[in-house]
Amino acid sequence: MSRIQTVFQSLQASGRRALIPFITAGDPAPELTVPLMHALVDGGADIIELGVPFSDPMADGPTIQRASERALLNGMSLRKVLALVSDFRATNSDTPVVLMGYANPIEAMGVDRFVAAAGAAGVDGALVVDYPPEECEAFARALKAGGMDPIFLLAPTSTEQRIREVATIGSGYIYYVSLKGVTGSGALDFNDVAARMPQIRQGVGMPVGVGFGIRDAESARRIGEVADAVVIGSRIIEEIENSPRDQAVARVKNFVEGVRAALDQIQGAPR
Amino acid sequence: MQTADKPYRFPDARGHFGPYGGVFVAETLIPALDELNAAYEACRNNPAFMAEFEYELKHYVGRPSPIYHARRMSDALGGAQIYLKREDLNHTGAHKVNNCIGQALVARYMGKPRVIAETGAGQHGVATATVAARYGMECVVYMGAEDVKRQAANVYRMKLLGAKVVPVESGSRTLKDALNEAMRDWVTNIHNTFYIIGTVAGPHPYPMMVRDFQAVIGKECLVQMPEMTGRQPDCVIACVGGGSNAMGIFHPYIDVAGVRLIGVEAYGEGLESGRHAASLTGGTPGVLHGNRTYLLQSDDGQIIETHSISAGLDYPGVGPEHAWLKDSDRAEYVGVTDEEALAAFHNLCHLEGIIPALESSHALAYAAKLAPTLPRDKILLVNLSGRGDKDMHTVAEKSGIQF
Ligand SMILES: Cc1ncc(COP(=O)(O)O)c(C=O)c1O
Repeated sequence: MSRIQTVFQSLQASGRRALIPFITAGDPAPELTVPLMHALVDGGADIIELGVPFSDPMADGPTIQRASERALLNGMSLRKVLALVSDFRATNSDTPVVLMGYANPIEAMGVDRFVAAAGAAGVDGALVVDYPPEECEAFARALKAGGMDPIFLLAPTSTEQRIREVATIGSGYIYYVSLKGVTGSGALDFNDVAARMPQIRQGVGMPVGVGFGIRDAESARRIGEVADAVVIGSRIIEEIENSPRDQAVARVKNFVEGVRAALDQIQGAPR
Repeated sequence: MQTADKPYRFPDARGHFGPYGGVFVAETLIPALDELNAAYEACRNNPAFMAEFEYELKHYVGRPSPIYHARRMSDALGGAQIYLKREDLNHTGAHKVNNCIGQALVARYMGKPRVIAETGAGQHGVATATVAARYGMECVVYMGAEDVKRQAANVYRMKLLGAKVVPVESGSRTLKDALNEAMRDWVTNIHNTFYIIGTVAGPHPYPMMVRDFQAVIGKECLVQMPEMTGRQPDCVIACVGGGSNAMGIFHPYIDVAGVRLIGVEAYGEGLESGRHAASLTGGTPGVLHGNRTYLLQSDDGQIIETHSISAGLDYPGVGPEHAWLKDSDRAEYVGVTDEEALAAFHNLCHLEGIIPALESSHALAYAAKLAPTLPRDKILLVNLSGRGDKDMHTVAEKSGIQF
């Protein structure tokens, strides 16, 4: 069983939700990435989504764009991200790490080399934003053969056929984008998410995480009522952005603890 | 080397030109592209739609654009005869408007009251603002903050036409970042917004749709050249930024045997200097802006900044169909430097009384290299994609003149 599956199984057994925070590797500084990852875990994260910076993050809003730009200015690259994951694995062998990014850095490295290097570094899955299922069958197969999960997005506008497609090609969990637009955009429509979740959870037959637009403990709890996992990105990047360097790690841990506590108030399985 | 099928029938149903093209976008955009695909299929198979497109091209743009035999330029070069396809005479001064009219009509068919566009130099932005005014649509143009500064006249032109110009502060603050920002707007406002992409790039169906609308250029040439010269040209030459004026003139010639297709990229300060915008001749395949194509990128797959004296060629990618035409050897791709393009610019002014766009001057510069190596009975057809009014400032500055 993969590390991701293990995490969801034990959470489900105890009726809890997965908390999946996102940070961009190399932001605000490469030497803070591994400490930030440990802080996320200490604060109560179950899985970490680690952003691989790209020069042209077309699907991201201003907050994650800025994180990406800072990371690139700090010399971050896919190769260096993998080295950071290795460092993290030196003292953490349980928390799954999912890389989130864009296709081009992976294609520049070469899919086979990427899969081998990511597997060796201790990566558990990859979410490549601009690889929809029909463009990445070979990539998804290679990842699975390397023991990693290809994670896919679904959106409020996804069709029944789309849901079946990602169920076939994806594994680990599905990431439901809870609003139209880019990461970090405004309003989250709880009613829409609640209405769509049962059909999607049943349709894909694997855990479903919801993200884009979750900004605090309260919105996390409300989403957690209906989903298996809650993904928080831009809000954590803002915490990093707004903290003095030497306090970023502590403030991020503190923020994640607040969300964890809210999620743990939820009773029973997702509705 | 792969060979192009005959007859040429690309892209496939999912927008692939061999290994290039495709739909590399986030799931949130997939339904919008499916909707666009269906609408475009309906439009292009609808005789009333095509008749209106042709009517607009004739009465609003001024088509067909003439072909002109540049005799003095040909004589001065002392070799092959140079003919110019005069896209510079179109309303708004370039080929860009052909595509904007086509897409605006698709937008109207889809019931979208708001159009958005990305622009570099501002030519596509001006063309989009123009057709938005013509069809009574709201128009927002994204433009890199750097370009807004460099192209003040075009920014003002767009505002006169009623468009809102949004400076983009992210990334390198140039064309590619404007494209990213337009995509973000689109994914957020899909319900009422149509994204008019300005070249043969982006996710399927854009490369195909833009090519189809621009193919009017080559279709006219197929008729005009035999009328003027008794035959088709030996070479068709066009500059390549994103590749729309080149695809427009190349596409109808792909199945015409014996016609060389030559795309001219911007070598900027020279291919070896690293300061250029030559994705096909100086780049490697990758994925950007929704398609797989040749890109200018670092070893670890980050898109790098480009350089060209001509803002319209200053783009790190290129339409995927050009990538395919290159690999299949149906077209040849070459480049000329800023300096060579400027020399060609001045030559055309002096010898023919035509002020060309700096983009088009790249095609002219290569024709000027090729012509003397060929006998006088050979024919080179050059796509004069636009006029140079917009480039006055750049050229004057190079000559040390301030207005
Ligand atoms: C006159 C002219 N020619 C060529 C181009 C380059 O674009 P493309 O390669 O899509 O024709 C531009 C772009 O702004 C232009 O204004």
